[in-house]
Amino acid sequence: MAHEDDPLEHERASWNPSPGLAVAVSDPVEPPALPPHRERVTDKDPVAMKHAVRTVYTLFYLSVAASIWAIAAYMLFPIESGAIVDIRNNNMFVGLGIGLALLAIGIAAIHWSKAIMSDKEHIEPRHATRGRDTTRAAAVQAFSDANDDSGFGRRVVIRNSMIAAVVASLAPAVVLFRGLAPENTPANPIAGDPVALLEETMWTAGMRLVHDPEGTPIRAADVTLGSAVHVIPESLAELGHAEGYLEQKAKAIVLVMRLLPEDLIESPEKADWSYEGIVAYSKVCTHVGCPVALYEQQTHHLLCPCHQSQFDVTDAAKVIFGPAARPLPQLPITIDDEGYLIARSGFTEPVGPSFWERH
Amino acid sequence: MARETKRRSNGRRSPWAAAALIGIGLLITGGAYAGASAAMAAGTDTAVASGLTVDDGKKLFQANCATCHGLNLEGSTTGPSLYGVGELAVEFQVSTGRMPLQATAPQAPQKPAQFTEEQILAMAAYVQSQAPGPTFPSEQTLDGEGDVARGAELFRVNCAMCHNVAAAGGALTEGKYAPALGTTSALHMYGAMVTGPQNMPVFNDLTLTTEDKRDIISALLFLQQNESPGGFSLGSLGPVSEGLFIWIFGIGGLIAITVWITAKSN
Repeated sequence: MAHEDDPLEHERASWNPSPGLAVAVSDPVEPPALPPHRERVTDKDPVAMKHAVRTVYTLFYLSVAASIWAIAAYMLFPIESGAIVDIRNNNMFVGLGIGLALLAIGIAAIHWSKAIMSDKEHIEPRHATRGRDTTRAAAVQAFSDANDDSGFGRRVVIRNSMIAAVVASLAPAVVLFRGLAPENTPANPIAGDPVALLEETMWTAGMRLVHDPEGTPIRAADVTLGSAVHVIPESLAELGHAEGYLEQKAKAIVLVMRLLPEDLIESPEKADWSYEGIVAYSKVCTHVGCPVALYEQQTHHLLCPCHQSQFDVTDAAKVIFGPAARPLPQLPITIDDEGYLIARSGFTEPVGPSFWERH
Repeated sequence: MARETKRRSNGRRSPWAAAALIGIGLLITGGAYAGASAAMAAGTDTAVASGLTVDDGKKLFQANCATCHGLNLEGSTTGPSLYGVGELAVEFQVSTGRMPLQATAPQAPQKPAQFTEEQILAMAAYVQSQAPGPTFPSEQTLDGEGDVARGAELFRVNCAMCHNVAAAGGALTEGKYAPALGTTSALHMYGAMVTGPQNMPVFNDLTLTTEDKRDIISALLFLQQNESPGGFSLGSLGPVSEGLFIWIFGIGGLIAITVWITAKSN
């Protein structure tokens, strides 16, 4: 190697200032030398050294004992009776055993290296990082030769067409991966249209409001003053998990509350969206989508627990506090001829958080 | 020699004298108070009559509750009317100590009950007789033998948003809160669901049937009786308490260990 014929290279300063600098330093600050070596108590006192050695091997043997204890605990505390306390005990004792075993190994190893192993400092000289000038010139020459021999820099058309081919070969992958997204099917005509999926819920005109999760219908007379009833559409209750139950439920959940009709402030065009003081609002928060179900019966406020948006149920669930930007969408309801609560129509706006195409 | 004897012939007090004097004084006063209050408690026990009637309940009501709730339950500017609240609500509110309310606050706090069980039942019977409302449930509803899994699902859908999924309680707006249910009796669980105290919504028997309520009560009693399977549950408050614990003790311990590893051995 090039540096073998220069034995004093590591002692030469790696950077020589060129003449012409404004400040010529005659007595530069020397880098601080190592502090004087301080003797440890284990080096000075053989009794302390024996004590440290005893500590280390005791800790290692303790680790062995803890590993054996972990195995014993696994058998002594089986999870058999079905009582929860079994799980607790098994977890705790096996965990203590394994944890103590590993911790003892770590502490013993560190204590050995700090207190017992030699702590004399060594200095290893290091080559200057900047290469010698001849080496640098040779490297530059090698690259220049490679360029000349391959003709890469000279043959411009070949080079540009190669770059075009490599870039174009990635294009099919981009398009084909896009094809993995869901597509519209006859069974689900909006499966490939995310905007339509966000805008539509299972609620349609005439759909009965049923209890979540049993699916039993709700009579208007059952909802008494101060009640908060958790509601899903009737056809959702029959959907299986493989058929998209959770995806549909996340949009369709509704909270039904009953207030005194005189407490409700309703605009004339929405006057028939409630039924004798019973109102239904989407449970999906318009902020990030948590279910807003903390209903305070006396103040008629709905609180979302995630970011503490508050909605006033007496005034079309408008936002009275917190980061939500829009009131909760209201589900228009009425009763059918048997007295059960049904939806007059679906939601008239998308539920849940904002998205770009919302307006 | 004088130096080696420990006698204090010059009359100086022992350094322990002050502590001994304070200790004796505390023992005397504490013992006297304990004896006096025990005598008082024994005294009041023998004075209570057994089997209070509706009339006794009326007298208790008029003495303790009528200033806010009106002599005929009609209410006043300081308290709502009690028409139709029923014996269940009275038992719940007075037995948990929420009533008599001692100070206005966003929410009536739970405190030690001020009446005996018999007095509460007498007042409840009086209120029920004046204007009937929700009544006590059957024994079977409170027996805790319902379907715990179904009860837990109903609790999750209807109750967990305010009371926390492990019934550890939660905050509402402006100083209100949903209390923890770790020490609540089955009757009070039922009473709160049916009567909807203060800002809690009402869960009548058509929203949650009696069987649903029995299942929910069973699930909550199961939670009360069974320890958390994961060990120290840190109040079942979830990420907040767990994060606090691990950031203070866990990360703190790791930092301490790191400092120890890199420090020079002495």
